[in-house]
Amino acid sequence: MLNTMKKFPFAAVCAITMLSASPSSAQQAIEIQVSYSSGQFQPSEVRAPADKPITFRVKNLDGKAMEFESKSLRVEKVVAANSEGVINVRALKPGRYEFYDDFNEKARGALTVQ
Amino acid sequence: MLAALIIVFREVFEAGLIIGIVLAVTGSVPHRNRWIGGGVLAGALAACLVAAFAGALSRLFAGMGQELFNASILGIAVVMLTWHNVWMAQHGREMAGEMRAIGKAVADGTKSLLALAVVVGVAVLREGSEVALFLYGVVTSDGGSASSLAIGGAIGLALGAGVCLLTYFGLMRIPPRPLFATTTALITLLAAGMAAQAVAFLERANWLTSLDTVVWDSTWLLSETSIGGRALHTLIGYTDQPTQMQLLAYVAVLVGTFMLMRLSGSQHSHRAVAAG
Repeated sequence: MLNTMKKFPFAAVCAITMLSASPSSAQQAIEIQVSYSSGQFQPSEVRAPADKPITFRVKNLDGKAMEFESKSLRVEKVVAANSEGVINVRALKPGRYEFYDDFNEKARGALTVQ
Repeated sequence: MLAALIIVFREVFEAGLIIGIVLAVTGSVPHRNRWIGGGVLAGALAACLVAAFAGALSRLFAGMGQELFNASILGIAVVMLTWHNVWMAQHGREMAGEMRAIGKAVADGTKSLLALAVVVGVAVLREGSEVALFLYGVVTSDGGSASSLAIGGAIGLALGAGVCLLTYFGLMRIPPRPLFATTTALITLLAAGMAAQAVAFLERANWLTSLDTVVWDSTWLLSETSIGGRALHTLIGYTDQPTQMQLLAYVAVLVGTFMLMRLSGSQHSHRAVAAG
């Protein structure tokens, strides 16, 4: 087993994945819905409780792609035109976490975790 | 225009570094330009395809299609890079010994070139799909600013090519023998970093939830989003907040490559002794 792991680290990682986790086994996530249109987040200020995983649902209503990005949340996800992106965020400490559209940095918003 | 330049440059920067390294690695192999060029072209075409179907892709796997796609292609790149290193451990000495048995090495070399062409293709694909999406958005939006944004994008692309050439010529200044050791180390670190990145994507998709505690936070020292952080991120897989699983994957690739290289290297010398 150890030898196999060394030979195929990625395969091993995949195997561990299947053994240890299915999406449903994760702690119930708090869902936050944000829509994006005309280069702005709506709402641009959102809140969530601390120490709970969060799922962002970003609905891009514009005719071009956007990239939902946040350095502090460690997320980066392209959301195609007129579609929805789902972004998982791990449980967070209280604080303010800014996010923005990487393709249009004027579009900004923030998540306040309490 | 400046915004477009920065966005495009940031995306092609990583691909530029990787292509530069691959060019240096394959410096003495004939026909390598055809292979690397083919990899770039295939990667660019695939990037456009991915961009065109970005919406459909991200709807797969309960919205986690992008993450799993990225993790998979990174996984492929890790395998290809590792395989290349093992192959070089077997045949590198012949090639460094120059001309000796070069005929056989060339025939085998195509296989290794294919692996590296895949790596280049993957690098271009990953970075390129975002550039394609961004530029497509620019083109479809209002005409006036579109041309200046397109110019910015083109300059960004050119700067990325500059990074590629700089990396290549920088590495080519190293004499052949130390160059071989340098590029082997670079390729190994590149592979380890990509494995850690693949883990990060699986973690984001919630497919990998064990050992997901962040081990350290060195954002204060070197942010991953700064230019230096980005370069180190590509080259050695630097992450300012790595999880335990990321570190595990990183070390596993380093150790695995080392073991495999020793194994195939010693096998080869046995064969050489037997033949001699």
